Amino acid sequence: MSTETNFNSGSNLEKVLKSGQFAFTGELGPPQGTDVGEVKEKAKFLKGNVDAVNITDNQTAVVRMSSWAASLILIQEGLEPNYQMVCRDRNRLAMQADILGGSALGIRNMLCLSGDHQQFGDHPDAMGVFDIDSTQLIAMVKQMRDEGLFLNGNEIHQPPKMFIGAAANPFADPFEWRVHRLAKKIEAGTDFIQTQCIYNMDKFREYIRIANEEGLTDQVYILAGVTPMKSVGMARYMKTKVPGMDVPEEIINRLKGVEKGKVAQEGINIACEQIEEFKELKGVHGIHMMAIEWEHMVPQIAEQAKVLPRPVFS
Amino acid sequence: MIVAQRKPFAEIKEMLQGFNKVLNVGCGTCVSVCLTGGEKEVAVLNTEIEMARRLDDDPIEIQGHTIERQCDREYLAELDNIIEEGKFDALVSMACGVGIQFLAERYPRIPTFPMVDTSGLAVNQAVGWYEERCRSCSECVLGFTGGICPITMCAKRLMNGPCGGTNQGNCEISNEQPCAWFRIWERLAGQGRLDSIRKINMARGWKDQAPRDLVQPGYKKPEKMLK
Repeated sequence: MSTETNFNSGSNLEKVLKSGQFAFTGELGPPQGTDVGEVKEKAKFLKGNVDAVNITDNQTAVVRMSSWAASLILIQEGLEPNYQMVCRDRNRLAMQADILGGSALGIRNMLCLSGDHQQFGDHPDAMGVFDIDSTQLIAMVKQMRDEGLFLNGNEIHQPPKMFIGAAANPFADPFEWRVHRLAKKIEAGTDFIQTQCIYNMDKFREYIRIANEEGLTDQVYILAGVTPMKSVGMARYMKTKVPGMDVPEEIINRLKGVEKGKVAQEGINIACEQIEEFKELKGVHGIHMMAIEWEHMVPQIAEQAKVLPRPVFS
Repeated sequence: MIVAQRKPFAEIKEMLQGFNKVLNVGCGTCVSVCLTGGEKEVAVLNTEIEMARRLDDDPIEIQGHTIERQCDREYLAELDNIIEEGKFDALVSMACGVGIQFLAERYPRIPTFPMVDTSGLAVNQAVGWYEERCRSCSECVLGFTGGICPITMCAKRLMNGPCGGTNQGNCEISNEQPCAWFRIWERLAGQGRLDSIRKINMARGWKDQAPRDLVQPGYKKPEKMLK
Protein backbone atom coordinates (compact mmCIF):
# COMPACT_ATOMS: atom_id res chain seq x y z
CA MET A 1 0.00 0.00 0.00
CA SER A 2 1.62 3.23 -1.18
CA THR A 3 -0.06 5.28 1.54
CA GLU A 4 2.26 3.62 4.06
CA THR A 5 5.01 5.94 2.93
CA ASN A 6 2.79 8.98 3.35
CA PHE A 7 2.96 11.52 6.05
CA ASN A 8 1.61 10.18 9.29
CA SER A 9 -1.34 12.28 10.30
CA GLY A 10 -1.75 10.78 13.75
CA SER A 11 -5.27 9.66 12.85
CA ASN A 12 -6.65 6.58 14.59
CA LEU A 13 -8.35 5.50 11.36
CA GLU A 14 -5.01 5.72 9.59
CA LYS A 15 -3.41 3.52 12.27
CA VAL A 16 -6.18 0.92 11.98
CA LEU A 17 -5.84 0.74 8.21
CA LYS A 18 -2.04 0.83 8.12
CA SER A 19 -1.85 -1.93 10.69
CA GLY A 20 -3.82 -4.06 8.24
CA GLN A 21 -6.98 -4.30 10.34
CA PHE A 22 -10.48 -4.14 8.94
CA ALA A 23 -11.81 -0.63 9.64
CA PHE A 24 -15.29 0.25 10.84
CA THR A 25 -16.39 3.90 10.67
CA GLY A 26 -19.68 5.54 11.61
CA GLU A 27 -21.56 8.69 10.80
CA LEU A 28 -23.21 11.49 12.76
CA GLY A 29 -25.32 14.36 11.45
CA PRO A 30 -24.97 17.58 13.50
CA PRO A 31 -28.18 19.13 14.88
CA GLN A 32 -30.22 21.91 13.30
CA GLY A 33 -29.49 24.09 16.32
CA THR A 34 -26.98 24.56 19.08
CA ASP A 35 -27.85 21.52 21.19
CA VAL A 36 -24.51 20.03 22.22
CA GLY A 37 -26.41 17.39 24.17
CA GLU A 38 -27.85 15.97 20.95
CA VAL A 39 -24.34 15.47 19.50
CA LYS A 40 -23.13 13.88 22.74
CA GLU A 41 -26.16 11.59 22.89
CA LYS A 42 -25.54 10.27 19.36
CA ALA A 43 -21.80 10.01 20.03
CA LYS A 44 -22.43 7.86 23.09
CA PHE A 45 -23.68 5.00 20.89
CA LEU A 46 -20.70 5.24 18.56
CA LYS A 47 -17.94 5.44 21.17
CA GLY A 48 -15.86 2.29 21.23
CA ASN A 49 -17.85 0.77 18.36
CA VAL A 50 -16.24 2.63 15.44
CA ASP A 51 -12.74 3.83 14.52
CA ALA A 52 -13.84 7.28 13.37
CA VAL A 53 -17.10 9.14 12.89
CA ASN A 54 -17.96 11.08 9.74
CA ILE A 55 -19.41 14.45 10.69
CA THR A 56 -21.57 15.57 7.81
CA ASP A 57 -21.27 19.07 6.36
CA ASN A 58 -24.71 20.62 5.81
CA GLN A 59 -25.83 17.24 4.49
CA THR A 60 -28.41 17.31 1.70
CA ALA A 61 -27.82 21.07 1.62
CA VAL A 62 -29.73 21.62 4.86
CA VAL A 63 -28.20 24.06 7.36
CA ARG A 64 -26.84 22.40 10.50
CA MET A 65 -24.25 23.05 13.16
CA SER A 66 -20.94 23.39 11.32
CA SER A 67 -19.08 20.21 10.70
CA TRP A 68 -15.84 21.35 12.34
CA ALA A 69 -17.67 22.50 15.48
CA ALA A 70 -19.46 19.16 15.84
CA SER A 71 -16.11 17.46 15.14
CA LEU A 72 -14.60 19.29 18.11
CA ILE A 73 -17.45 18.18 20.39
CA LEU A 74 -16.68 14.62 19.32
CA ILE A 75 -13.01 15.03 20.18
CA GLN A 76 -14.05 16.29 23.63
CA GLU A 77 -16.16 13.16 23.98
CA GLY A 78 -13.17 10.98 23.19
CA LEU A 79 -14.14 9.97 19.65
CA GLU A 80 -12.28 10.59 16.43
CA PRO A 81 -14.10 12.70 13.84
CA ASN A 82 -13.83 12.40 10.08
CA TYR A 83 -14.49 16.01 9.15
CA GLN A 84 -16.57 16.20 5.97
CA MET A 85 -16.07 19.23 3.78
CA VAL A 86 -18.19 20.04 0.73
CA CYS A 87 -17.27 22.37 -2.12
CA ARG A 88 -20.77 23.83 -2.28
CA ASP A 89 -20.55 26.25 0.65
CA ARG A 90 -16.99 27.58 0.75
CA ASN A 91 -14.41 29.06 -1.59
CA ARG A 92 -10.73 28.12 -1.53
CA LEU A 93 -9.93 30.76 1.09
CA ALA A 94 -12.54 29.53 3.56
CA MET A 95 -11.65 25.89 2.90
CA GLN A 96 -7.96 26.34 3.56
CA ALA A 97 -8.71 28.41 6.66
CA ASP A 98 -11.00 25.66 8.03
CA ILE A 99 -8.44 22.96 7.22
CA LEU A 100 -5.81 24.86 9.21
CA GLY A 101 -8.24 25.52 12.06
CA GLY A 102 -9.47 21.93 12.13
CA SER A 103 -5.96 20.54 12.18
CA ALA A 104 -4.84 23.02 14.85
CA LEU A 105 -7.65 21.83 17.13
CA GLY A 106 -6.99 18.14 16.63
CA ILE A 107 -9.02 17.02 13.59
CA ARG A 108 -6.97 14.38 11.77
CA ASN A 109 -9.30 13.00 9.07
CA MET A 110 -11.09 14.80 6.28
CA LEU A 111 -13.57 13.63 3.68
CA CYS A 112 -13.48 15.77 0.55
CA LEU A 113 -16.85 16.02 -1.24
CA SER A 114 -18.48 18.09 -3.97
CA GLY A 115 -21.71 18.23 -1.94
CA ASP A 116 -25.35 17.78 -2.86
CA HIS A 117 -26.66 20.59 -5.00
CA GLN A 118 -28.27 23.39 -2.97
CA GLN A 119 -31.51 22.92 -4.87
CA PHE A 120 -32.16 19.80 -2.75
CA GLY A 121 -31.90 21.63 0.52
CA ASP A 122 -33.66 24.14 2.72
CA HIS A 123 -32.10 27.18 1.00
CA PRO A 124 -32.65 26.22 -2.65
CA ASP A 125 -31.92 29.74 -3.94
CA ALA A 126 -28.50 29.95 -2.26
CA MET A 127 -25.47 30.57 -4.45
CA GLY A 128 -23.51 27.36 -4.81
CA VAL A 129 -19.84 28.21 -4.50
CA PHE A 130 -18.13 25.27 -6.25
CA ASP A 131 -14.93 27.29 -6.55
CA ILE A 132 -13.06 23.99 -6.71
CA ASP A 133 -14.40 20.44 -7.06
CA SER A 134 -13.85 17.40 -4.86
CA THR A 135 -10.86 16.12 -6.85
CA GLN A 136 -9.24 19.53 -6.67
CA LEU A 137 -10.01 19.71 -2.94
CA ILE A 138 -8.19 16.40 -2.38
CA ALA A 139 -5.18 17.74 -4.29
CA MET A 140 -5.29 20.98 -2.30
CA VAL A 141 -5.29 19.22 1.11
CA LYS A 142 -2.47 16.95 -0.03
CA GLN A 143 -0.39 19.91 -1.20
CA MET A 144 -1.02 21.71 2.09
CA ARG A 145 -0.05 18.63 4.08
CA ASP A 146 2.84 17.17 2.08
CA GLU A 147 4.40 20.25 0.50
CA GLY A 148 3.40 22.75 3.15
CA LEU A 149 2.02 25.05 0.48
CA PHE A 150 -1.27 26.84 0.07
CA LEU A 151 -3.09 26.44 -3.23
CA ASN A 152 -1.40 29.62 -4.47
CA GLY A 153 2.04 28.17 -3.75
CA ASN A 154 2.76 30.27 -0.65
CA GLU A 155 4.35 28.54 2.30
CA ILE A 156 2.33 27.42 5.30
CA HIS A 157 3.89 27.94 8.67
CA GLN A 158 3.28 24.55 10.32
CA PRO A 159 1.25 22.62 7.73
CA PRO A 160 -1.93 20.72 8.68
CA LYS A 161 -1.94 17.00 9.45
CA MET A 162 -4.77 15.16 7.76
CA PHE A 163 -5.62 11.64 6.65
CA ILE A 164 -7.36 12.43 3.38
CA GLY A 165 -10.58 10.75 2.36
CA ALA A 166 -12.90 10.92 -0.62
CA ALA A 167 -16.17 9.40 -1.71
CA ALA A 168 -16.86 7.06 -4.61
CA ASN A 169 -20.14 5.99 -6.10
CA PRO A 170 -19.69 2.75 -8.02
CA PHE A 171 -23.36 2.81 -9.09
CA ALA A 172 -23.78 6.16 -10.83
CA ASP A 173 -23.57 5.97 -14.57
CA PRO A 174 -21.67 5.66 -16.78
CA PHE A 175 -20.41 2.55 -14.94
CA GLU A 176 -17.30 2.37 -17.14
CA TRP A 177 -16.29 5.81 -15.87
CA ARG A 178 -16.47 5.00 -12.17
CA VAL A 179 -13.10 3.29 -11.88
CA HIS A 180 -11.48 6.12 -13.89
CA ARG A 181 -12.93 8.61 -11.43
CA LEU A 182 -11.57 6.56 -8.54
CA ALA A 183 -8.17 6.60 -10.25
CA LYS A 184 -8.33 10.38 -10.58
CA LYS A 185 -9.09 10.80 -6.89
CA ILE A 186 -6.20 8.48 -6.00
CA GLU A 187 -3.87 10.43 -8.27
CA ALA A 188 -5.07 13.65 -6.62
CA GLY A 189 -3.89 12.22 -3.30
CA THR A 190 -6.71 10.56 -1.40
CA ASP A 191 -5.59 8.08 1.28
CA PHE A 192 -8.94 6.38 1.74
CA ILE A 193 -12.30 6.05 0.03
CA GLN A 194 -15.75 5.66 1.52
CA THR A 195 -18.27 4.41 -1.01
CA GLN A 196 -21.91 5.19 -1.59
CA CYS A 197 -24.33 2.79 0.19
CA ILE A 198 -23.98 -0.58 -1.47
CA TYR A 199 -27.03 -2.75 -2.16
CA ASN A 200 -26.25 -4.13 -5.60
CA MET A 201 -23.52 -6.59 -4.65
CA ASP A 202 -23.00 -7.92 -8.19
CA LYS A 203 -22.22 -4.49 -9.50
CA PHE A 204 -19.96 -3.71 -6.55
CA ARG A 205 -18.02 -6.96 -7.00
CA GLU A 206 -17.48 -6.03 -10.64
CA TYR A 207 -16.32 -2.52 -9.67
CA ILE A 208 -13.83 -3.88 -7.15
CA ARG A 209 -12.66 -6.52 -9.61
CA ILE A 210 -11.74 -3.81 -12.15
CA ALA A 211 -10.20 -1.64 -9.41
CA ASN A 212 -8.10 -4.64 -8.29
CA GLU A 213 -7.10 -5.39 -11.86
CA GLU A 214 -5.95 -1.82 -12.40
CA GLY A 215 -3.93 -1.91 -9.18
CA LEU A 216 -6.00 0.83 -7.57
CA THR A 217 -6.86 -1.08 -4.40
CA ASP A 218 -3.14 -1.27 -3.63
CA GLN A 219 -2.94 2.50 -3.66
CA VAL A 220 -5.90 3.44 -1.51
CA TYR A 221 -7.93 2.01 1.38
CA ILE A 222 -11.54 1.34 0.39
CA LEU A 223 -14.28 1.36 3.00
CA ALA A 224 -17.50 -0.14 1.67
CA GLY A 225 -20.58 1.95 2.44
CA VAL A 226 -23.36 0.10 4.26
CA THR A 227 -26.74 1.48 5.34
CA PRO A 228 -29.20 -0.97 6.91
CA MET A 229 -32.74 -0.56 5.61
CA LYS A 230 -35.17 0.31 8.40
CA SER A 231 -38.33 -0.35 6.42
CA VAL A 232 -39.74 -1.27 3.03
CA GLY A 233 -40.66 2.39 2.55
CA MET A 234 -37.05 3.44 3.07
CA ALA A 235 -35.86 0.86 0.55
CA ARG A 236 -38.39 2.07 -2.02
CA TYR A 237 -37.42 5.70 -1.38
CA MET A 238 -33.71 4.91 -1.79
CA LYS A 239 -34.45 3.03 -5.00
CA THR A 240 -36.58 5.66 -6.67
CA LYS A 241 -35.73 9.03 -5.15
CA VAL A 242 -32.02 9.09 -4.35
CA PRO A 243 -29.87 9.84 -7.41
CA GLY A 244 -27.05 7.40 -8.01
CA MET A 245 -28.49 4.76 -5.65
CA ASP A 246 -28.94 1.20 -6.89
CA VAL A 247 -31.35 -0.92 -4.83
CA PRO A 248 -32.13 -4.30 -6.44
CA GLU A 249 -35.71 -5.56 -6.24
CA GLU A 250 -34.53 -8.63 -4.29
CA ILE A 251 -33.63 -6.42 -1.29
CA ILE A 252 -37.15 -4.97 -1.25
CA ASN A 253 -38.69 -8.43 -1.65
CA ARG A 254 -36.63 -9.79 1.22
CA LEU A 255 -37.78 -6.98 3.51
CA LYS A 256 -41.37 -7.52 2.37
CA GLY A 257 -41.03 -11.23 3.07
CA VAL A 258 -40.72 -10.95 6.83
CA GLU A 259 -43.55 -10.29 9.25
CA LYS A 260 -44.24 -6.73 10.38
CA GLY A 261 -42.09 -5.72 13.32
CA LYS A 262 -39.15 -7.75 12.05
CA VAL A 263 -38.37 -5.69 8.94
CA ALA A 264 -35.72 -3.55 10.64
CA GLN A 265 -33.97 -6.65 11.98
CA GLU A 266 -34.04 -8.12 8.49
CA GLY A 267 -32.42 -4.90 7.22
CA ILE A 268 -29.66 -5.35 9.80
CA ASN A 269 -29.30 -9.02 8.81
CA ILE A 270 -28.81 -8.03 5.17
CA ALA A 271 -26.21 -5.42 6.19
CA CYS A 272 -24.32 -7.95 8.34
CA GLU A 273 -24.27 -10.51 5.53
CA GLN A 274 -22.80 -7.84 3.28
CA ILE A 275 -20.17 -7.03 5.91
CA GLU A 276 -19.24 -10.72 6.16
CA GLU A 277 -18.62 -10.77 2.42
CA PHE A 278 -16.69 -7.47 2.45
CA LYS A 279 -14.34 -8.85 5.11
CA GLU A 280 -13.27 -11.49 2.60
CA LEU A 281 -13.39 -9.36 -0.54
CA LYS A 282 -9.94 -8.46 -1.88
CA GLY A 283 -9.64 -4.70 -2.25
CA VAL A 284 -12.05 -3.81 0.56
CA HIS A 285 -10.33 -2.60 3.72
CA GLY A 286 -13.24 -1.76 5.95
CA ILE A 287 -16.84 -0.66 6.33
CA HIS A 288 -18.37 2.77 6.51
CA MET A 289 -21.60 2.28 8.46
CA MET A 290 -24.11 5.00 7.64
CA ALA A 291 -26.86 4.25 10.13
CA ILE A 292 -28.79 7.40 9.30
CA GLU A 293 -30.61 8.73 12.39
CA TRP A 294 -30.15 5.23 13.78
CA GLU A 295 -26.99 5.80 15.79
CA HIS A 296 -28.46 3.98 18.80
CA MET A 297 -28.53 0.75 16.76
CA VAL A 298 -24.81 0.89 15.95
CA PRO A 299 -23.70 -1.06 19.06
CA GLN A 300 -26.03 -3.90 18.12
CA ILE A 301 -25.04 -3.79 14.44
CA ALA A 302 -21.32 -3.79 15.31
CA GLU A 303 -21.88 -6.72 17.64
CA GLN A 304 -23.83 -8.74 15.09
CA ALA A 305 -21.32 -7.86 12.34
CA LYS A 306 -18.54 -9.21 14.57
CA VAL A 307 -16.37 -6.13 14.22
CA LEU A 308 -15.86 -5.66 17.97
CA PRO A 309 -13.75 -4.89 19.86
CA ARG A 310 -12.23 -2.05 17.88
CA PRO A 311 -8.43 -1.77 17.88
CA VAL A 312 -6.91 0.58 20.45
CA PHE A 313 -3.50 2.20 19.98
CA SER A 314 -1.52 3.57 22.84
CA MET B 1 -27.07 35.24 -28.74
CA ILE B 2 -28.06 36.99 -25.52
CA VAL B 3 -31.48 35.89 -24.31
CA ALA B 4 -33.81 37.61 -21.90
CA GLN B 5 -37.37 37.34 -20.74
CA ARG B 6 -39.86 40.02 -19.94
CA LYS B 7 -40.21 40.91 -16.28
CA PRO B 8 -43.47 40.10 -14.49
CA PHE B 9 -46.01 42.82 -15.26
CA ALA B 10 -46.60 43.63 -11.59
CA GLU B 11 -42.91 44.47 -11.20
CA ILE B 12 -42.95 46.62 -14.33
CA LYS B 13 -46.01 48.50 -13.10
CA GLU B 14 -44.45 49.07 -9.70
CA MET B 15 -41.26 50.50 -11.26
CA LEU B 16 -43.22 52.96 -13.38
CA GLN B 17 -45.32 54.32 -10.56
CA GLY B 18 -45.05 58.09 -10.44
CA PHE B 19 -43.75 58.41 -14.01
CA ASN B 20 -46.14 59.82 -16.55
CA LYS B 21 -44.18 60.33 -19.73
CA VAL B 22 -42.02 57.39 -20.70
CA LEU B 23 -40.04 56.18 -23.70
CA ASN B 24 -39.71 52.41 -24.16
CA VAL B 25 -36.57 51.55 -26.15
CA GLY B 26 -36.46 48.18 -27.89
CA CYS B 27 -33.42 46.47 -29.35
CA GLY B 28 -33.39 44.97 -32.84
CA THR B 29 -30.69 42.36 -32.26
CA CYS B 30 -30.56 39.43 -29.77
CA VAL B 31 -33.68 40.20 -27.71
CA SER B 32 -35.60 40.73 -30.90
CA VAL B 33 -34.63 37.27 -32.19
CA CYS B 34 -35.64 35.63 -28.90
CA LEU B 35 -39.04 37.35 -29.08
CA THR B 36 -38.58 39.47 -25.95
CA GLY B 37 -37.60 43.04 -26.71
CA GLY B 38 -38.00 43.91 -30.39
CA GLU B 39 -40.36 46.36 -32.06
CA LYS B 40 -43.38 44.09 -31.67
CA GLU B 41 -42.78 43.36 -27.99
CA VAL B 42 -42.28 47.08 -27.29
CA ALA B 43 -45.68 47.82 -28.83
CA VAL B 44 -47.38 45.04 -26.87
CA LEU B 45 -45.88 46.11 -23.53
CA ASN B 46 -46.74 49.74 -24.14
CA THR B 47 -50.36 48.85 -24.80
CA GLU B 48 -50.51 46.78 -21.62
CA ILE B 49 -48.99 49.56 -19.54
CA GLU B 50 -51.35 52.17 -21.01
CA MET B 51 -54.40 50.02 -20.34
CA ALA B 52 -53.37 49.17 -16.79
CA ARG B 53 -52.72 52.80 -15.93
CA ARG B 54 -55.99 53.90 -17.50
CA LEU B 55 -57.81 51.34 -15.36
CA ASP B 56 -56.04 52.78 -12.32
CA ASP B 57 -57.21 56.24 -13.34
CA ASP B 58 -53.56 57.26 -13.58
CA PRO B 59 -52.90 57.65 -17.30
CA ILE B 60 -49.39 57.44 -18.73
CA GLU B 61 -48.02 58.62 -22.03
CA ILE B 62 -45.67 55.97 -23.34
CA GLN B 63 -43.88 55.97 -26.68
CA GLY B 64 -41.83 53.22 -28.26
CA HIS B 65 -38.71 53.29 -30.37
CA THR B 66 -36.61 50.31 -31.36
CA ILE B 67 -33.01 50.75 -32.47
CA GLU B 68 -30.74 48.25 -34.17
CA ARG B 69 -28.45 47.66 -31.16
CA GLN B 70 -28.49 49.25 -27.73
CA CYS B 71 -24.92 48.12 -27.03
CA ASP B 72 -23.57 50.36 -29.79
CA ARG B 73 -23.17 54.16 -29.59
CA GLU B 74 -23.72 54.57 -33.30
CA TYR B 75 -27.30 53.34 -32.97
CA LEU B 76 -28.01 54.90 -29.57
CA ALA B 77 -27.21 58.31 -31.08
CA GLU B 78 -30.43 58.23 -33.06
CA LEU B 79 -32.31 58.55 -29.77
CA ASP B 80 -30.67 61.89 -28.88
CA ASN B 81 -33.21 64.09 -30.65
CA ILE B 82 -36.21 61.97 -29.70
CA ILE B 83 -35.27 62.09 -26.04
CA GLU B 84 -34.44 65.79 -26.08
CA GLU B 85 -37.74 66.70 -27.73
CA GLY B 86 -39.83 64.19 -25.81
CA LYS B 87 -39.04 65.53 -22.33
CA PHE B 88 -39.54 62.05 -20.86
CA ASP B 89 -39.47 61.62 -17.13
CA ALA B 90 -38.31 58.00 -17.44
CA LEU B 91 -36.80 55.65 -19.99
CA VAL B 92 -37.44 51.93 -20.04
CA SER B 93 -35.48 49.43 -22.05
CA MET B 94 -36.30 46.02 -23.41
CA ALA B 95 -32.68 45.31 -24.35
CA CYS B 96 -30.41 42.92 -22.45
CA GLY B 97 -28.56 44.11 -19.36
CA VAL B 98 -25.76 45.42 -21.53
CA GLY B 99 -28.05 47.56 -23.67
CA ILE B 100 -30.01 48.86 -20.67
CA GLN B 101 -26.81 50.07 -19.03
CA PHE B 102 -25.52 51.73 -22.16
CA LEU B 103 -28.83 53.55 -22.54
CA ALA B 104 -28.77 54.67 -18.90
CA GLU B 105 -25.16 55.79 -19.30
CA ARG B 106 -25.97 57.96 -22.32
CA TYR B 107 -28.84 59.76 -20.59
CA PRO B 108 -27.68 59.84 -16.97
CA ARG B 109 -30.20 62.45 -15.84
CA ILE B 110 -33.23 60.42 -16.80
CA PRO B 111 -34.22 57.44 -14.61
CA THR B 112 -33.91 54.26 -16.72
CA PHE B 113 -35.60 50.95 -15.92
CA PRO B 114 -35.20 47.38 -17.18
CA MET B 115 -38.27 45.67 -18.62
CA VAL B 116 -36.54 42.30 -19.05
CA ASP B 117 -34.41 39.88 -17.04
CA THR B 118 -31.33 38.87 -19.01
CA SER B 119 -30.80 35.16 -18.66
CA GLY B 120 -27.76 34.11 -20.61
CA LEU B 121 -25.90 33.29 -23.79
CA ALA B 122 -28.04 30.73 -25.52
CA VAL B 123 -28.70 28.77 -28.67
CA ASN B 124 -31.92 28.92 -30.62
CA GLN B 125 -33.20 25.34 -30.22
CA ALA B 126 -36.53 26.07 -31.87
CA VAL B 127 -38.78 29.11 -32.19
CA GLY B 128 -39.41 30.28 -28.64
CA TRP B 129 -36.99 27.76 -27.04
CA TYR B 130 -33.50 28.86 -26.08
CA GLU B 131 -30.87 26.93 -24.14
CA GLU B 132 -27.98 28.48 -22.26
CA ARG B 133 -24.59 27.38 -23.50
CA CYS B 134 -21.95 29.83 -22.30
CA ARG B 135 -21.18 31.75 -19.10
CA SER B 136 -18.48 33.86 -20.80
CA CYS B 137 -15.94 32.74 -18.19
CA SER B 138 -12.93 34.09 -20.12
CA GLU B 139 -11.16 30.72 -20.18
CA CYS B 140 -12.73 28.29 -22.63
CA VAL B 141 -12.40 24.59 -21.78
CA LEU B 142 -14.40 23.21 -24.71
CA GLY B 143 -11.23 21.79 -26.27
CA PHE B 144 -10.90 19.00 -23.73
CA THR B 145 -14.58 18.58 -22.93
CA GLY B 146 -15.72 17.53 -26.36
CA GLY B 147 -17.38 20.86 -27.10
CA ILE B 148 -19.77 20.75 -24.11
CA CYS B 149 -19.32 23.40 -21.42
CA PRO B 150 -19.23 22.11 -17.82
CA ILE B 151 -19.07 25.64 -16.41
CA THR B 152 -22.49 26.33 -17.92
CA MET B 153 -24.11 22.91 -18.18
CA CYS B 154 -22.94 21.23 -14.95
CA ALA B 155 -24.96 22.48 -11.98
CA LYS B 156 -21.85 22.23 -9.78
CA ARG B 157 -19.39 23.59 -12.37
CA LEU B 158 -17.33 20.43 -11.84
CA MET B 159 -14.10 20.04 -13.74
CA ASN B 160 -13.48 16.34 -13.08
CA GLY B 161 -16.93 14.84 -13.52
CA PRO B 162 -19.30 13.15 -13.93
CA CYS B 163 -20.01 13.17 -10.19
CA GLY B 164 -21.78 10.47 -8.18
CA GLY B 165 -25.17 12.10 -8.65
CA THR B 166 -25.47 11.25 -12.34
CA ASN B 167 -28.87 9.72 -12.72
CA GLN B 168 -29.34 7.67 -15.87
CA GLY B 169 -27.66 10.33 -17.94
CA ASN B 170 -29.41 13.18 -16.16
CA CYS B 171 -28.29 15.63 -13.51
CA GLU B 172 -29.10 15.00 -9.86
CA ILE B 173 -31.05 18.25 -9.76
CA SER B 174 -33.66 17.16 -12.32
CA ASN B 175 -34.62 14.37 -14.67
CA GLU B 176 -35.22 17.07 -17.26
CA GLN B 177 -31.63 18.29 -17.12
CA PRO B 178 -29.07 16.19 -19.00
CA CYS B 179 -25.83 15.61 -17.08
CA ALA B 180 -23.18 17.68 -18.84
CA TRP B 181 -20.37 15.34 -17.85
CA PHE B 182 -22.30 12.27 -18.94
CA ARG B 183 -22.63 13.87 -22.35
CA ILE B 184 -18.99 14.91 -22.33
CA TRP B 185 -18.02 11.32 -21.52
CA GLU B 186 -20.33 9.99 -24.23
CA ARG B 187 -19.02 12.33 -26.89
CA LEU B 188 -15.35 11.80 -26.05
CA ALA B 189 -15.88 8.03 -25.89
CA GLY B 190 -17.37 8.23 -29.39
CA GLN B 191 -14.31 10.15 -30.58
CA GLY B 192 -11.90 7.79 -28.81
CA ARG B 193 -10.65 10.73 -26.72
CA LEU B 194 -11.50 9.70 -23.13
CA ASP B 195 -7.88 10.32 -22.12
CA SER B 196 -8.76 13.97 -22.36
CA ILE B 197 -10.82 13.77 -19.15
CA ARG B 198 -8.84 11.05 -17.37
CA LYS B 199 -6.23 13.66 -16.56
CA ILE B 200 -6.90 15.71 -13.44
CA ASN B 201 -7.97 19.26 -14.06
CA MET B 202 -6.44 21.27 -11.28
CA ALA B 203 -8.16 24.26 -9.67
CA ARG B 204 -8.77 26.98 -12.20
CA GLY B 205 -8.43 30.71 -11.76
CA TRP B 206 -11.81 32.36 -12.17
CA LYS B 207 -11.31 35.26 -14.53
CA ASP B 208 -14.80 36.68 -14.22
CA GLN B 209 -14.63 37.91 -10.64
CA ALA B 210 -14.07 41.57 -11.46
CA PRO B 211 -15.36 43.72 -14.35
CA ARG B 212 -13.62 42.75 -17.55
CA ASP B 213 -12.86 44.69 -20.67
CA LEU B 214 -11.28 43.70 -23.92
CA VAL B 215 -8.92 45.70 -26.07
CA GLN B 216 -7.91 43.91 -29.23
CA PRO B 217 -4.24 43.80 -30.22
CA GLY B 218 -3.35 46.88 -32.23
CA TYR B 219 -6.11 48.93 -30.60
CA LYS B 220 -6.16 51.10 -27.53
CA LYS B 221 -8.72 52.88 -25.41
CA PRO B 222 -9.33 56.44 -26.64
CA GLU B 223 -7.88 58.99 -24.25
CA LYS B 224 -11.17 60.80 -23.96
CA MET B 225 -14.34 58.79 -24.33
CA LEU B 226 -16.55 60.29 -27.00
CA LYS B 227 -20.25 60.24 -26.49
